[in-house]
Amino acid sequence: MKFDAPSGPNPIDRMKVVGRTTSRIDGPVKTTGAAPYAYERHDVVANQAYGYMLGSAIAKGRIKRIDTADAERAPGVLKIVTAANAGPFATSRHNTARLLAGPEIQHYDQAIALIVAETFEQARAAATLIRVDYARVQGRYDLAAQKDTAPLVGGSSGEGSAAAALRTGDFEAAFAAAPVKLDATYSTPDQSHQMMEPHASIAAWSGDELTVWTSTQMVAWAVQDLSHTFLIPQEKIRVLSPYVGGGFGAKLRIRADVVLAALGARAVGRPVKVAITRPQTMNNTVHRAATIQRIRLGCDREGRIGAIAHESLSGNLEGGRPVTATAQTRLLYAGLNRLTSMRQAVLDLPEGNSMRAPGAAPGMMALEIAMDEMAEKLGLDPVEFRIRNDTQVDPEKPDKRFSERQLVRCLRDGAAKFGWSRRPMRPAQRRDGSWWVGLGVSSAFHNSPAMKSAARVRLEPSGRILVETDMTDIGTGSYTIIAQTAAEMMGVPLDMVEVRLGDSHFPAAAGSGGQFGASNSTSGVYAACVKLREAVARQLNMEPDRAVFESGHVVADRRRVSLADVARGGALTGEDAIEYGDMSRSVHLSTFGAHFVEAAVHAYTGEVRVRRMLAVCAAGRILNPISARSQMIGAMTMGVGAALMEEMVVDKRFGFFVNHDLASYEVPVHADIQEQEVLFLDEADEMANPMKAKGLGELAITGVAAAVANAIYNACGVRVRDYPLTLDKLLDRLPRIA
Amino acid sequence: MDDDRKLELSRRGLLVGSAAAAAATAVPSAGTQATPLRPNPATMPVSFEVNGTRYDLDLDTRTTLLDALREHLKLTGTKKGCDHGQCGACTVLVNGERINACLSLAVQHSGDAVTTIEGLGTIEQLHPMQAAFIKHDSYQCGYCTPGQICSAVAVLDEIKRGVPSHAQVDIAARPDPSDAELRERMSGNICRCGAYSNIVEAMAEVAGART
Repeated sequence: MKFDAPSGPNPIDRMKVVGRTTSRIDGPVKTTGAAPYAYERHDVVANQAYGYMLGSAIAKGRIKRIDTADAERAPGVLKIVTAANAGPFATSRHNTARLLAGPEIQHYDQAIALIVAETFEQARAAATLIRVDYARVQGRYDLAAQKDTAPLVGGSSGEGSAAAALRTGDFEAAFAAAPVKLDATYSTPDQSHQMMEPHASIAAWSGDELTVWTSTQMVAWAVQDLSHTFLIPQEKIRVLSPYVGGGFGAKLRIRADVVLAALGARAVGRPVKVAITRPQTMNNTVHRAATIQRIRLGCDREGRIGAIAHESLSGNLEGGRPVTATAQTRLLYAGLNRLTSMRQAVLDLPEGNSMRAPGAAPGMMALEIAMDEMAEKLGLDPVEFRIRNDTQVDPEKPDKRFSERQLVRCLRDGAAKFGWSRRPMRPAQRRDGSWWVGLGVSSAFHNSPAMKSAARVRLEPSGRILVETDMTDIGTGSYTIIAQTAAEMMGVPLDMVEVRLGDSHFPAAAGSGGQFGASNSTSGVYAACVKLREAVARQLNMEPDRAVFESGHVVADRRRVSLADVARGGALTGEDAIEYGDMSRSVHLSTFGAHFVEAAVHAYTGEVRVRRMLAVCAAGRILNPISARSQMIGAMTMGVGAALMEEMVVDKRFGFFVNHDLASYEVPVHADIQEQEVLFLDEADEMANPMKAKGLGELAITGVAAAVANAIYNACGVRVRDYPLTLDKLLDRLPRIA
Repeated sequence: MDDDRKLELSRRGLLVGSAAAAAATAVPSAGTQATPLRPNPATMPVSFEVNGTRYDLDLDTRTTLLDALREHLKLTGTKKGCDHGQCGACTVLVNGERINACLSLAVQHSGDAVTTIEGLGTIEQLHPMQAAFIKHDSYQCGYCTPGQICSAVAVLDEIKRGVPSHAQVDIAARPDPSDAELRERMSGNICRCGAYSNIVEAMAEVAGART
């Protein structure tokens, strides 16, 4: 189905199932431990051997010699696989760092060997018997050191290619002439996804055909990348990923676990399973790369932005992509004179890659503090300052508009609901016992990409509906919203729908990432259901456009036939994809929101507690309010982590992330999170897709950390521009104790 | 000031030095003969009950309780999140008390009664905590969920038994299932999807504090 005109009324508008709060249909299997994750598939293939990954002990250089003799002779060991003996394999073009290295080493803990043994304990023990003689060379590990030399990248292509800065108007002249100016530099650290299920895979070969049970956000991408890696056609690869224990971007692309499992399985002639250990996730896999961002704002005295510049520096391995931290600034606020640029340093640290709202999250961490600082210079309320600089068109291309843009309402409704009017304009005004208390705000903004997505829907002789698509559910609630969509379209109760996901034998969906999953995958199911409805109508010689599907029946022209009766002679199938035409590119399909935070800063210790959070969002039709809310509060929680604690500390001498576990890379725990509230504004975006829905997984995290930082400033008067805002950065600047 | 700087320099020097030493020990000396085949790992018989069923196992002594459950008994509801006691995904009940199954060896559990998520309830007959988690959407990806639920069940029992916590104002008073109390006691179970406030809602309902 080609979507190239605004969606008129359609069966989803009935909203008997879609849009209603619906408990997840995968709830019973997830809460009883019955949902099988990748490493747990004892049932799928017999005789599985265990693989254990050995990572490089140096960040850059070469392996001079690797001595595996002792390890090979260790009890239970079947094979030590290294780049030298693994047989032919390549690196997919979507992987910057090789997933099995040698002799050249590109980063610390890059895989250099897989130990395959009968048991996990044997494989792990044998790993300690491998002796590696390295020739270490000095690498580049310090981002700030390349501040003045890193070349410009990106440009209008968005990512990767070398390009000049993007300019609209004359920023320098306008900034020089502006009566009120801000010029500030912010830094965001390297961050780690740390989803609770580490990367894991089981691989089995049957002749030249490869099957992997893995944990991936993108089944079709995994097939493509495995095809490139193992130099075999995609038809010979099957990827299964029905349950994914979180991803946040870490599982968009294949990682070492699946490649090593497949190489190991090829080497020993039996299935092999590999899980990356928790400490290895930090340096072996990918992370959100650190940034240094300079923001300049020039305003008139009424608080209208006339000049805005956002220049970002990030680093990556040679050939890697930059953090697109300036992307939101290009669209979020008005201003005639604009400058955005990205520079990229080459660093010999582990590969930087997508993490929840890549670019947007760190970019907004900086921009939304800058907005707070400018509001203060102007003597304006920060909510009002943002409202004054709203734009209904793309500031770079004024003839391109947003399909929906309710930023102002998000800010206003949120301010009213949160009690924003009680916020003191000046910082360090409100004390509650030993705590300074303050409020902070930020905007939230993320585009909602239109992506092709396919599905197959079958009406079974029992009258039940079966949906099959390679879509994944990484905690986002895909199973349930897909079931809701099929139930609405076919006019059956939810419990008459079965959903099967995460199998590359099913039609390829958009997958889970970049807040493109929910809206596109359900639109694909919508398209397939339209086909199935046509097939049902045809079978009954009904006019498809006049057939109404309700209560398990199809009704037209005074005929009413149960779906079970229609399929009695055999199942009927509808298969289709949603595809998008030029309309989707002619407007910005965007989501907006506002975050409000109340933070308390301990007057003596600088300890920060986030007391209350509120998010107000406009993100198209909300398909399942309860799981959408969960996505929101989850991102708000991750935003608290970004604000207060999350930082991978770089050892700039040896080139690795020092704090490589959950005791030293801190993420929020129960005690860090108190009251969280979420409001969704009514919105059905007819330009977006037939579901009139958009995404919100990335929107939800944009701005959160800045709202926390702004609340801390309002509480205690200490402005910190280097994330995370740990208490050591507050302590010596706290107000004097009277 | 000067002393501080000296200390800083010497500490850095020590770190660099020890890293270099570690690198040196990784270099095999020339002409070393291959060492003889190492002996097979020690195994030990161990018997314990899991979810009411007695198991007699002969295990590599290095096998954790977690891997005994997941890899030997194929009870994969208990999750491996970090394998070293930092995330809580492997929380199970041993003789009624919650522990991280990754932090003890299986052979330490001779005679113990272990309850895993599979033993709390089933799809057909959910434990009240499992039902409350579904109702309050107290999970997203589901990977930390079995550990959260086992922990949550144990926490309510600890509160009932009067086991004190850091969150109490008066350590001698009987603890209440207040939100602060639940959050404090659940903080060893990490949920990266961030379902914390929904988990507390589910627990409060089961505790009778809220519906």
